[in-house]
Amino acid sequence: MAKQNVNAKLMTGNEACAEAAIVAGMRFFGGYPITPSSEIAEVLAHRLPEVGGIFVQMEDELASMATIIGASLAGVKSMTATSGPGFSLMQENIGYASMTEVPCVIVNVQRGGPSTGLPTLPAQADVMQARWGTHGDHSIIVVAPSTVRETYDWTIKAFNLTEQYRIPVIVLLDEVIAHVNEKMVIPEPETITIIDRKRSTESPDTYQPYKQNDSDIPLFADFGTGYRYNVTGLSHDETGFPTNDPQKINALYSRLSRKLERYQDQIIEYKTEYLKDAEICIVAFGSSARSAYRAVRLARQQGIKVGMFQLFVIWPFPYKILGRLASQIKAFIVPEMNLGQIAHEVSCAIKSDVIKVNRVDGSLITPNEILERIKNVSV
Amino acid sequence: MGFRFEFRLSGAGGQGLILTGKILAEAAAIYDGKNATQSQSYGPEARGGSSRSEVIVSDEEIDYPKAVNIDLLLCFTQEACDKYSMDINKNGILLIDSGFVTNVPKGDFRIYSLPITEIAEKEVGKSLVANLVALGMITALTKVVSKEAVESAILSRVPKGTEELNINAFNIGFDKVTAQSK
Repeated sequence: MAKQNVNAKLMTGNEACAEAAIVAGMRFFGGYPITPSSEIAEVLAHRLPEVGGIFVQMEDELASMATIIGASLAGVKSMTATSGPGFSLMQENIGYASMTEVPCVIVNVQRGGPSTGLPTLPAQADVMQARWGTHGDHSIIVVAPSTVRETYDWTIKAFNLTEQYRIPVIVLLDEVIAHVNEKMVIPEPETITIIDRKRSTESPDTYQPYKQNDSDIPLFADFGTGYRYNVTGLSHDETGFPTNDPQKINALYSRLSRKLERYQDQIIEYKTEYLKDAEICIVAFGSSARSAYRAVRLARQQGIKVGMFQLFVIWPFPYKILGRLASQIKAFIVPEMNLGQIAHEVSCAIKSDVIKVNRVDGSLITPNEILERIKNVSV
Repeated sequence: MGFRFEFRLSGAGGQGLILTGKILAEAAAIYDGKNATQSQSYGPEARGGSSRSEVIVSDEEIDYPKAVNIDLLLCFTQEACDKYSMDINKNGILLIDSGFVTNVPKGDFRIYSLPITEIAEKEVGKSLVANLVALGMITALTKVVSKEAVESAILSRVPKGTEELNINAFNIGFDKVTAQSK
C-alpha cells in the first residue's frame, strides 16, 4: 500500500464549508436545499446530529433565515446555505439580522441570475446583492474564498467575524469552488482561532440589549438563560423597544454603520503576488482569481510586469488600499463572472477606468482570456 | 512553472468516469503526495447523456482547476472524441475504446485504440468495470501517478465487496498497455 497522508483529504468546497462550520462551533443549520449549494445541507444533515447540533430543513428560504436568527438569539452559532433565488428570499430577514445585530452566517453558492437563471453553472453575479440586497443603510460583511482550503478557512473566519462584530456575514462561493474536489490538508485544531460573541455579565434585571459601550458592539445575552428582552426590526433604543425619538434613531443608525467603518481595517483581508514591481494589476476574487493567478504566472514567464490582488473580503471593500496602489499601476484588469460589479468598485477606488474581463455564459474565465488583455496593455 | 498534467475522461453518464477521476485525483493527492483537483461536467444529466471528468495533477499549488491543454484524453464515445480531441496537447495521449470510437481523429498526439469495454467483459467478466480497465491503461501510459497509489485509492473508493473485481480490472488494463509497449 502507498503511504497515506492522514491529514490530507480530497474534498469539495461545499464539503469543506460544512466541516469548517462545525469546527467553528456552528450547531444549528436551518435551510432549504438548492443547487449548487445542496451538498452543504446534505453533509450537515448527517454531521450535525453527530456533534449534538440541530439540522432543520424548512419550508423555504424565508423561514430558513428566520430560524438561524432565532437559534443565534439562544446563543447557538447558526448558519444557512443557499443559491441565487433562495438568497433573494432571505434578504428580508438578513436585514432583520443586521438591524438586530444577531450573529449569523449565510453561504451563497452563486449561480447565474436573475431568477432561476443557471442552476448548475457558475457565476459571480451576487456581489451587489450580497452588499445591498436588503433595504436601508445596513452593515454586512462579505467574504469570497477561491479554493477548497480557503473555503475552509474563510467559513471559520466568517463565524469569527459575525461573532466579534455582531454583523451578518455572507460567504460567497460559486459552482466551481463548491464542486471541485481538491486536496485539503485539515489544519490542526490548536492552530485554529475561534471567537465567540462577548456576553454581558450584568444582572438580567438591569441588562439592556443595545446599551452603548466603547466598542460600539453591544454585549449579548442568550435567550433561555434568565434574560428577557425585546428584539425588533423597528428602530429601537438601548432597551430594545421601538422608538421614534429622532436622537435615539440617529444614535442607532450611526452606531450600526460606524461599527463597520471603525473596524474595517481589521476586517479587510487580501493576498498579493508579484505586486512589488508590477505595472499592471489584476484584481479578482473567487474562482476567477484562480484563472487570474495562472494568467499572471504565465505573463511573468514572458517578462511582463503584472501582479495579482486577490480579494478575500469584498465588503467592506478595500478602497483606500487599492487607491494607494493606483499611483504605481498603469492598468487595472478585473476579471469576474458578471458584467462588472467588482470592476465598478475598483474604478471608484482608483478614480479611473479599469479593463474588464467578463463572462456570463456559465463558464469560468480562462487564463488565456486574461493573458490576452495583459499582453494588450503591456505593448 | 512546475509540472502540470491534465486528464479529461469523457463518455456517457453511468460509465463511472466521475468515480474514475476521483480515484485518480485521490491517488495523486493523498497517496503520492502531489496536488490534484477533480471536477466534472455538472448539469441535469441522466444516464446515457454526455459526461466529463477532469483531473489536474501538479507538484505545486493548482491555480486554474480546469483542463485546457489536455495531456491525456480518454473517450468512451464517438461524440466525446469528436468534441474534445482538438483540445489535446502536442504529444499528448488519446485513449479510445475502439468498440465505440470508430472514426479516429488525426493530430499531433499519440493514439491508443483498445477495445476497453470488450476487455472488461471478456477478461474481467463484467463490462461495468470498463472504467477501471481504462484507469489501469491511463496509469501505465502516463506514469504520472504510481500504480500503488492508484490501487490504494481504488480500495478506499469502491463499494465494499467489489475490491477484488475492481483491482483485477485495473491490473488487466495496466498490463495490456505495459505488454503492448514492450
